[in-house]
Amino acid sequence: MKRPEQVNKMSDYKIDDSKAPFRAGVSWLFLMAWRDSRRNFSRLLLFVSSIILGIAALVAIYSLGDNLRKDIDAQAAGLIGADLEISTNRAVEPQMKNLLDSLGDRKSEERSFASMIFFPKTQGTRLVQIKALQGGFPYYGSLETDPIAAGTSFRNSKSALVDKTLLLQYNAKVGDSVKIGDISFVIAGALLKAPGQTGISASVAPVVYIPLNFLHQTGLSQKGSRINYKYYYKYDTPVNIEQLVKKLEPRLDKEGFNYNTVENQKENTGRAFSDLTKFLSLVGFIALLLGCIGVASAIHIYMKEKVGSIAILRCLGVKAIQAFLIYLIQIVGIALIGSVIGAILGTVIQQFLPIVLKDVIPVEITTSISWPAIGQGIVLGIFISILFALLPLVSLRKISPLNTLRLSFSDDTTNSDRARWLVYGLILLFIFSFTWQQLRDWKETFFFTAGILVAFGILAAIAKLTMWSVRKFFPSSWSYLWRQGLANLYRPNNQTIILIVSIGLGTFFICTLFSIQSMLLGRISLSASGNQPNMVLFDIQTAQKEQVSALAKEYRLPVLQQVPIVNMRLQSINGRTGETINNKDSGLRRGAFTREYRVTYRSVLTASEKLTEGTWHPAVEGAAQTPHISVEEGWARRQKLKIGDTMVFNVQGAMVSTIIGSFREVDWSRVQTNFLVVFPKGVLEDAPQFNVLLTRVTSDEASARFQQAMVKSFPNVSIIDLGLVLKTLDDILGKIGFVIRFMAGFSIVTGLIVLIASVLISKYQRIQESVLLRTLGASRRQILTITALEYFFLGALASLTGIILSLLASWALATYTFKTVFSVSPLPLIIVFALICLLTVAIGLINIRGVLKRSPLEVLRGEA
Amino acid sequence: MTILNIQSVSKTYQSTGRTLTVLDNINFSVESGTTMSIVGPSGSGKTTLLGLCAGLDRSSTGIIELHNVRLDDLNEDQRAQVRNQYVGFIFQNFQLMPTLTALENVMVPMELRGEKKIKPIAMDLLEKVGLADRGHHYPAQLSGGEQQRVSLARAFSNKPRILFADEPTGSLDAETSEKVIELIFGLNKEAGTTLVLVTHDNDLASKTQRIIRIKGGRIVSDAPTLKGEEHNC
Repeated sequence: MKRPEQVNKMSDYKIDDSKAPFRAGVSWLFLMAWRDSRRNFSRLLLFVSSIILGIAALVAIYSLGDNLRKDIDAQAAGLIGADLEISTNRAVEPQMKNLLDSLGDRKSEERSFASMIFFPKTQGTRLVQIKALQGGFPYYGSLETDPIAAGTSFRNSKSALVDKTLLLQYNAKVGDSVKIGDISFVIAGALLKAPGQTGISASVAPVVYIPLNFLHQTGLSQKGSRINYKYYYKYDTPVNIEQLVKKLEPRLDKEGFNYNTVENQKENTGRAFSDLTKFLSLVGFIALLLGCIGVASAIHIYMKEKVGSIAILRCLGVKAIQAFLIYLIQIVGIALIGSVIGAILGTVIQQFLPIVLKDVIPVEITTSISWPAIGQGIVLGIFISILFALLPLVSLRKISPLNTLRLSFSDDTTNSDRARWLVYGLILLFIFSFTWQQLRDWKETFFFTAGILVAFGILAAIAKLTMWSVRKFFPSSWSYLWRQGLANLYRPNNQTIILIVSIGLGTFFICTLFSIQSMLLGRISLSASGNQPNMVLFDIQTAQKEQVSALAKEYRLPVLQQVPIVNMRLQSINGRTGETINNKDSGLRRGAFTREYRVTYRSVLTASEKLTEGTWHPAVEGAAQTPHISVEEGWARRQKLKIGDTMVFNVQGAMVSTIIGSFREVDWSRVQTNFLVVFPKGVLEDAPQFNVLLTRVTSDEASARFQQAMVKSFPNVSIIDLGLVLKTLDDILGKIGFVIRFMAGFSIVTGLIVLIASVLISKYQRIQESVLLRTLGASRRQILTITALEYFFLGALASLTGIILSLLASWALATYTFKTVFSVSPLPLIIVFALICLLTVAIGLINIRGVLKRSPLEVLRGEA
Repeated sequence: MTILNIQSVSKTYQSTGRTLTVLDNINFSVESGTTMSIVGPSGSGKTTLLGLCAGLDRSSTGIIELHNVRLDDLNEDQRAQVRNQYVGFIFQNFQLMPTLTALENVMVPMELRGEKKIKPIAMDLLEKVGLADRGHHYPAQLSGGEQQRVSLARAFSNKPRILFADEPTGSLDAETSEKVIELIFGLNKEAGTTLVLVTHDNDLASKTQRIIRIKGGRIVSDAPTLKGEEHNC
């Protein structure tokens, strides 16, 4: 039907002058927000409790980053212990020696190398990092020792400083002796900390300091030994070190020397640890995102309860935007409180971070309050709370005043609402920007954001699928209590999606971490099983080759492999040297010319190698023939090398011309000697070389006996015991894993808080129902059973989803990254599953107890 | 003067692919200062009609003019402004804001208009409905009758030109209903407000000057009551 002629237009509509103008101001919005929230304050606080931990994690990490920057600036000199450090891994030629001697007002010299040491008292042997020192190094900071005086006194006598954990491991004390090479040193003190040393570096290679003037007597500094030479300089008068090294750089580069200054150290350490804090921030950010989903879910339920109030306000003349603002103000207020609590908690947690990170950070971390970090955390907390709360808040605009007459609120989350899509877009943009802020790399940012979306998407999809399946295949034959508990998974106001996403993601994190750790350890254990070698003897001089082999046989150990190794440098490729290459027009990298190559020669491929291109040349056929070498495929591709390219190597002074004859694929994960470059037989036999012998020991005792005999007879030979490597790796993974678990813990606890908040919120939803059931005669036990079953289903589904996802991720990592057999340790997974189910049920039951205590009348009257 | 003019108003809903006509070609007008009832059985469309008259919803076709303002052309926010200026409401289930005290509930419409010094006015209104001492109680702490009286005080707080009451005694016992009805008519007379009452209670309807009977979405009768005839005389 057509409308009759228009009588009046809004443009004609004038406000009646006899009435006051329509002008409820901003202050009224705040007043209404306060009035509306004051009776719900504890509930609102509960909503934002989900973000408290996320904010706390980020404030703690930001504070750590802030303090770490200041600490690195303040302690950088102490990290290298001098104004300038120059190092090389080959013996210094006389003309360079003159240059090195001309630098600095004070200088120290250090030679470091891997070697076995022997504790006579306990007959223990261990591969360590020997540092032979001369001079007053360190000039900044100190060698922290026990007793303190040992840091200085060991330099004047045949004494050694031994890493404190080594002393503990081998039950040695100050005053005992330790045999290094051919001579014994008195242990002057326990080394607690040296410049730049971390707990992890001490685990990998525990350090033993000896005076340099006794190095020769040890017999360990023979030609061919792999020794690193370091020179430390201190300037008493101010000198522009950066200008000085700029002047020295071409010469140092040419001669294969490296240098390090305080500024370099600041930059490098700062970069390394800003990477660490960025990584930790992202882990904290995931916890925050989880919390935000909790907030969005809680606000959604809160808004549903407020439909009546909003309809009344709309009836009385409140505009949609005013109603929206009344609730937005509440969210901002409560987010501010939550963020401030989070920031305070973060500042407290920061006090504990040095304990968590002490093994990975080389500086003393101060824990002063970082106001920028607190500010950043609070702003982030408010912003992200608003962003996620907007999802339910935008629906508020559509609440009709008609609801006062008939409550017909429909869940207005239809996809047609453009505002919702705008909010989704904003959330995505925010996640992307925040990640980019941390990573500053578009590709990594994209993958991180996509990874988050995929993980959340999979979990949400599984939750939806579960709800659909339960509804579709509902077990009608089950008893009422089971059916009621199960049906609660898909009934209105259910918490299924939010709980599966939050708890599932937390479970996924923890289980994946466990899996990776056990897989890495398992991979090494596996490589040590069967007939694989589990002990590597290296630095065997050519003259010792037969004797070492004989000693192994004497101890009934098989010689699985005996490999000669020749050290060399690359002089040129296709006639181009390190000085003439141009990175722009060639794939060659300058690093290819400055590194040292450890090369072997043999006539056959090993089990870990596969020829991928070219022809394998077992030996040179005549002295005049240019040898055809084999190069590892991946490295060759990175350097853009082709079959037939020529490579000239500097074999300790002698130039050896070669042609690339083949490319090989190498399985680096095998415990055996693997090489980038393999020469054919008949070229390097007379070059200075050392040998590596691989054997297999069957027990710790056999290993200890053989090592003792080796150290006594061949002190220069170093031994890597795979058992020890396993222990060390376990130790390192344990230390790094602790840091990651500590951060992942925020996600888990956030998940639990979201769980508690969701359960408590659902109390208001379920209270009427439980009371009605009680009124109809349900016993306390029946109500408890229904609740327990509902939360058991939720906990079981959430944890099971997380575990299944973690198994998938672990499988993918095992197959594609670690290239190992995927294996599962079921026990930790069962424990995680049981714990989460138990916690969920416990929280649900504690919650419902409050309902059971109240009289049905009290609840029915609406006073609950 | 005509305060409410309804011309050819229909309201239809789409439900499972079918068109459901709730109101069909409704025509009537209401003079300022009069009282009238809309009476009909459950599901007859009377509450829908009230919602349209008060600007809570939009008609599918037809014209609704309230105080010479055509509501069909206004958006929801503009209609909210009209409601705040000219309309008062009384609901069957009271519709008080549960988080506001009785006094604050009464103050809200005046606050929305930006009026000052409203507390004494609100207290005065509460006193008129006999709840001066319950101003600081929350709705949950009041009985049904008391809540409806607060709702009444709120309805009159913006000095409305027209008062819409939807089954105002539907949730109350007989004795309390009597008192509330007395108050509604008393305050209405005092303020000279137009009263539109939706009810299925014929006794209550007979207290107004005119009754529109509605059935199946159509007006079946529109006649003055004895009270209305007295008034016309």
